[in-house]
Amino acid sequence: MDLGPYTSFIATSYLAAALVVVLLIGWIAIDYRIQKARLRALEESGISRRSGRAATDLQ
Amino acid sequence: MSLIDLANPTRFLALAARLLPWLALVTVVLLAAGLYLSAQAPDDYQQGATVKIMFIHVPNAWLSMFVWGVMSIASLGTLVWRHPLADVAAKAAAPIGASFTFLALLTGSLWGRPMWGTYWEWDARLTSVLILFLMYLGLMALWRAVDDPTRAARAAAVLTLVGAINLPIIKFSVDWWNTLHQPASVMRMGGTALDKSFLIPLLVMAVGFSFLFITLHVAAMRNEILRRRVRSLQMLQARAYSGSAPAGSATGQIAGAA
Repeated sequence: MDLGPYTSFIATSYLAAALVVVLLIGWIAIDYRIQKARLRALEESGISRRSGRAATDLQ
Repeated sequence: MSLIDLANPTRFLALAARLLPWLALVTVVLLAAGLYLSAQAPDDYQQGATVKIMFIHVPNAWLSMFVWGVMSIASLGTLVWRHPLADVAAKAAAPIGASFTFLALLTGSLWGRPMWGTYWEWDARLTSVLILFLMYLGLMALWRAVDDPTRAARAAAVLTLVGAINLPIIKFSVDWWNTLHQPASVMRMGGTALDKSFLIPLLVMAVGFSFLFITLHVAAMRNEILRRRVRSLQMLQARAYSGSAPAGSATGQIAGAA
């Protein structure tokens, strides 16, 4: 595929979009792991929810 | 299961766990198809291959406004019905909307340099989208600055609804003022001005990015509910340590605590 004289502008646009999407996915995935770890630590310290279910129970 | 049932944070978590793999799969398929169709699209007779930037720029520009629209509806939910999940939805959407707006500005700039001869021009469309980006950052800062989630939710909801005034300004800026940015060519009176060879890849990419937003939004809402559950349990733990309440007897009203 020949993108002509403006290849750098086109490639930078697509790479920037890919980078931002990967960073968003990574941030959300890491945040999920952090919150789950915090809930697990709270559960292990004996703190339970109003409903009595485990803190890490997502159902 | 009714809509009210789904508005329960715990039920939302269960639904999110079931939906997320399917949403992610649909997103990957749509974006892969969109990228393939974009690569196959012909060069424009005036713009040459730079027209391929449109397939990234336009979906992000649409979503930058759509996400603020979603946040505005959620803000009504916060102010009128005071539903905790409404604030969760608005707060979770803000960083995603800011990312789409950043990409719209960046790819627009990269498209503008070869076509207009400049990366930036202070015209009405570009400036109003920059203001939208700054409003996203301001909202995110506001949520972080206020410790009490209920107070932060109300202040953010008011700011979001005030900021929604910017959406029609962005949309119609190219009609109301003489701008370097071109007028609408897809959603306009009299039908689209785009040829099918450009329109089909653009629409597939737009639907793909929309599913990307839905997927990320559901995942970010799940994280926000868990964060509030952590906060609620930490407050319970602090009370238990100070002896004012026994462990496990919290009556917290924070979303996700139940």
